[in-house]
Amino acid sequence: MRRIAVPILTIILFLLFWEWLVWFNDWPNYKMASPSDLGPAFWKYKTLFFSFGWDTLWRTVAGLLISIVIGVALGMIMGFSKLLQEGLYPLLIGFNAIPKATIVPILSLIFIGQHDFNTVLIAFLISFFPIAVSVSIGLSTLEPEYRDILRALGASKLTIFWKIALPKTLPEFFGALKVAVTLAFIGTNLMEIVSPHGRGLGALFDSGKTNSDYPLMFAVLIALAVLGIVLYYCVVVLERIFAGWADQLSRQ
Amino acid sequence: MIEVNNVSHYFSSKNGELQVLDNLSFSVPKNGFSAIVGPSGCGKSTVTKLIAGLMKPRKGSIILNGEAVQSPRSNIGMAFQNPVLLEWRNILKNVMLPLEIVHNKLSNEEKVERARELLALVGLSEYENSRPSELSGGMRQRASLCRSLIHRPEVLILDEPFGALDAFTREDLWLTMNRLREKESFTCLIITHDIRESIFLADEVVVLSGRPATNQFSIKTEKESNDNLDQLYTPHASELLNILREQIGIARRKEMADK
Repeated sequence: MRRIAVPILTIILFLLFWEWLVWFNDWPNYKMASPSDLGPAFWKYKTLFFSFGWDTLWRTVAGLLISIVIGVALGMIMGFSKLLQEGLYPLLIGFNAIPKATIVPILSLIFIGQHDFNTVLIAFLISFFPIAVSVSIGLSTLEPEYRDILRALGASKLTIFWKIALPKTLPEFFGALKVAVTLAFIGTNLMEIVSPHGRGLGALFDSGKTNSDYPLMFAVLIALAVLGIVLYYCVVVLERIFAGWADQLSRQ
Repeated sequence: MIEVNNVSHYFSSKNGELQVLDNLSFSVPKNGFSAIVGPSGCGKSTVTKLIAGLMKPRKGSIILNGEAVQSPRSNIGMAFQNPVLLEWRNILKNVMLPLEIVHNKLSNEEKVERARELLALVGLSEYENSRPSELSGGMRQRASLCRSLIHRPEVLILDEPFGALDAFTREDLWLTMNRLREKESFTCLIITHDIRESIFLADEVVVLSGRPATNQFSIKTEKESNDNLDQLYTPHASELLNILREQIGIARRKEMADK
């Protein structure tokens, strides 16, 4: 009871304070929105919220799926081969060090008008790094005895990977996936805001900005928060299913 | 039967080649039980990897039941100091792991039955659904022993399996080991740094010299019974213990002198 009531009460108090702040300063809607403006804003643009929300969602998920495929592949390459790890690691670190906000305008210029493509691309570029690193570390830190118990029986490298290396790396993988899903979501929105005449919640936010429509902008922020939370908890549920044993381990 | 014939082995290190084994020869008869003791770092674990086919000897040969070892083979069971149980599987599934690798014609029920039979032998029947992390160190090592024997290997290689356990648990596991030996049939080689362990478990104890290791000395233990710890406190056992301690002392002094 307390675990539900306390957060809800906090949120209500926060909204009341926000409402009071706008009312007290007598800010008009082109200066600041109050919580009571958000409902009407949602209602007014409800079809756009649903279709653009869907755009943002599928682009993020598509970018994340590509990230998983490429990130796991890179991680496996670096985890199994010391030589390739030494070669690829500095390159990846250098790439990761570039703030992705600077890549967004470049991509939106190169692939101008191809909104789906460049949005998925940036969601992928921004999120594959933690996945690649976690998988490579998980694989390269596998104790040799784990390999030897199967190798001594004549098991192939692929069998050892499926039976031992992969499941043992899953907890690290899901830890990275939680980071990656947040990053991919940021990437999607950056691109949607920057690339002109696009779709998606970012584009809706940008049109609110152009018109100083604060109720719309805040309504988009709330919609983004809801989408972000849903995406994050999807990963949490997958983690419980596939790597729940690690959770039990850490609680002991 | 395990035959190690004139085996020499080297590791490459920063300062060039490092010889670990020098013309090592010994054999363990079928269904026999031998122990290898020696100073730490003398290459005892290398011997296990060579016998398991995980590495190839530079010189000499290793023969298991008349066949030369070229690569890993399914008639071997191994257990290490680290029990390396898989945390995402319960104990029963952990024990059954080798049956997923080694070719066999067992039905799933037969596999489960075989695993339960071994778990009963080591006293873990109640824990087949437990996760490895819920078990004590000694219990994990028991499960690891079951896993190494599930596919009825002809040869069992134990690399300091009880080294990380406390003295009481270790003695318990010695008795478990002898119970397994009574019920199952395998040729066993144990690597240990505990002389009492080697006397209690093995029929023959081989002392390796310091690096590069060669067989310096070997002695048959010739015990009457295997089922209690009293035999460690007979005059015969004390004599064996003294002889072996003296031999290990010689091996260590030789190593010091070489340095």
